[in-house]
Amino acid sequence: MEFFLEQVINGLQLGLVYALIALGYTMVYGIVKLINFAHGDVFMVGAFLGYFGFTYWGLPWPVAIIMSMVFCAILGVVIERIAYRPLRYAPRMIALISAIGVSFFLEYFCSLRFVFGANYRVVQRPLSEVSWQIGGITITNIQVLILVAVVAMLIFLQWIVHRTKMGAAMRTVSFDHDAARLMGVNVDRTISFTFALGSAMAAMGGVLYAIAYPQIQPFMGIMPGLKAFTAAVLGGIGLIPGAVLGALIMGQVETMTAAFISSQLRDAIAFGILIVVLLFRPTGILGRTETEKV
Amino acid sequence: MRQSKWFLLLAVAIMSMALLVSGCGGTKEQAVQGGTSGDKVVKIGLMTPLQGDVKTYGESVQKGFELALEEANYKAGDYTIEKVVGDDRNDATEATNVATKLIDQDQVAAIVGSVTSKCTIPASSIAQARGVVMISPTGTAAKITMDPKRKDYIFRACFIDPFQGTVAAKFAVNDLKAKTAAIMFDQGNDYTVGLSQAFKAEFENSGGKVIAEEAYAQQDVDFSAVLTKIAKQDPDILYLPDYYQKVSLIGKQALDKGITAKFLGGDGWDSSELDFATMDGGYFTAHYSSDDPRPEVANWVTKYKEKYNTEPDSFATLAYDATKLLLKAIEDANSNDPAKIKDALQAIKDFPVVSGKITFDADGNPVKSATILQVQKDGSYKFVTNVQP
Repeated sequence: MEFFLEQVINGLQLGLVYALIALGYTMVYGIVKLINFAHGDVFMVGAFLGYFGFTYWGLPWPVAIIMSMVFCAILGVVIERIAYRPLRYAPRMIALISAIGVSFFLEYFCSLRFVFGANYRVVQRPLSEVSWQIGGITITNIQVLILVAVVAMLIFLQWIVHRTKMGAAMRTVSFDHDAARLMGVNVDRTISFTFALGSAMAAMGGVLYAIAYPQIQPFMGIMPGLKAFTAAVLGGIGLIPGAVLGALIMGQVETMTAAFISSQLRDAIAFGILIVVLLFRPTGILGRTETEKV
Repeated sequence: MRQSKWFLLLAVAIMSMALLVSGCGGTKEQAVQGGTSGDKVVKIGLMTPLQGDVKTYGESVQKGFELALEEANYKAGDYTIEKVVGDDRNDATEATNVATKLIDQDQVAAIVGSVTSKCTIPASSIAQARGVVMISPTGTAAKITMDPKRKDYIFRACFIDPFQGTVAAKFAVNDLKAKTAAIMFDQGNDYTVGLSQAFKAEFENSGGKVIAEEAYAQQDVDFSAVLTKIAKQDPDILYLPDYYQKVSLIGKQALDKGITAKFLGGDGWDSSELDFATMDGGYFTAHYSSDDPRPEVANWVTKYKEKYNTEPDSFATLAYDATKLLLKAIEDANSNDPAKIKDALQAIKDFPVVSGKITFDADGNPVKSATILQVQKDGSYKFVTNVQP
């Protein structure tokens, strides 16, 4: 039983990090109907900046996270301005290819020797490791940190989307660009804001990921990005609660498969479940044909 | 008008990027010509990862290779050596590209490389098919020289995977008195699969019990599920036959999960970028130790320190050995014909190099002993023992 609970916590840790990335995917999709494949690479840039912040620039780690989030928010806006905005009314496939292009650009640009370099770097954790024994289960301060950060971000996001003027604009744009513009909503600024928000969350996810699994490299964003995207689709893409639910399921499925079935089948089963769910519920677990999107 | 200007700018930008990229891709250097050598030239290619997840291996290999050439003054017999360096980034696809380029474009007679088994296996098939001699300093997978028939142009300067796994298991049972072991391996990597299979076979043969055998993929970074499982079973040994970066990551998470088993691994641990604090006290099978009293070892360590200001690791050492073996073969054959060089290489007997006295067996593998080293917190290794095959 304790063994099972400990595995649940392992899965929760993984799922929460996926959730931070999945939120960015789902918000952007909800608003511009674009799958932003560069999202996983913004996550990578975030992890590197956080690492530089607390390792080389002497910043306390919370400041490093915020610095990384601010920079990635700007990066997200720049990416949207250069690679997506000119293609907003082009066929969807074109924007998708552009997104893949940005993804490769970020990966290989960051691999250059004078940027981050292609090497793996070992991250020295900025906070000392503490673990608590609660009824036979081991919980670490890093797991608690991730949980607190994700919950705080979720509450913040819900507040922005449902309680602020910008949130109302985001919801309006997600229904219809033209109608929103007629209502006096600044569509361009709303979309930029969405990218900034999503990228900042990816950056936070990146830094937390680097602290939890202390190794970083320029291609580290591909796999978590793919899995977070899967999670967003599983939960119902475009839906904020769906992204979190999907991510938590992905985390649990992966961990439980490795723990109780076989570590070799981990990804096969995780992605197999995605296919099965989509066969029966093409809009995802929480998805309905008509729903409030952001 | 404006648009065409933009296009021009874009085209120039792309072209300069392309130049930049190709400039990084492969560096071609030529040796200083002796002057009197005339046209008696033999070209040697070096294939090694200078970027990517195992770049410290590649850098060490390049240092060992260059030191061996310098020591020979870029000469073997009547021939002047020219070197060509190719970077395979530890990527199997890139390895085939680099091998093809070295053979077709640079027209080398022999290649020293590559470093990891996963790059060397595809590259060796190309070298064999084109009839170019290849000697891998550190590619330990059995498949490199046999697939399934002997590839007669391919050699190596190191022992092979099954041997390393067997030696590790013998050491675990005899010296560490281990009864139980857990194994974690990368299912997509011939090197770690080979080591773990051999380890398991020998460990169970000697009366030990393998209680967990867990696989992962190269991109995996989260091992918490598997490690929680292993922590519960509390084995004496955790066998981690992977490269330094993955081992450091698994080791760290294993400590997080409270695993107290002794870490044991293979020559992939040998890197200055291993997480020494985490892996402190772990043992691994290695190709040589700088504490070994033989004169070849002392001479090599002194020369390397003089030139590079650091201790040589196994990779530099084996690259040096591989290059020396190749030079010896070129000298014996006194030819730049790959077919003659390969015969001379196969015929080498008791040639003293740093990692032992080398004679090749019928499969192109050197016959020699293995060394066990222990990781120290301060970033060094302690010589533990030599294990005979």
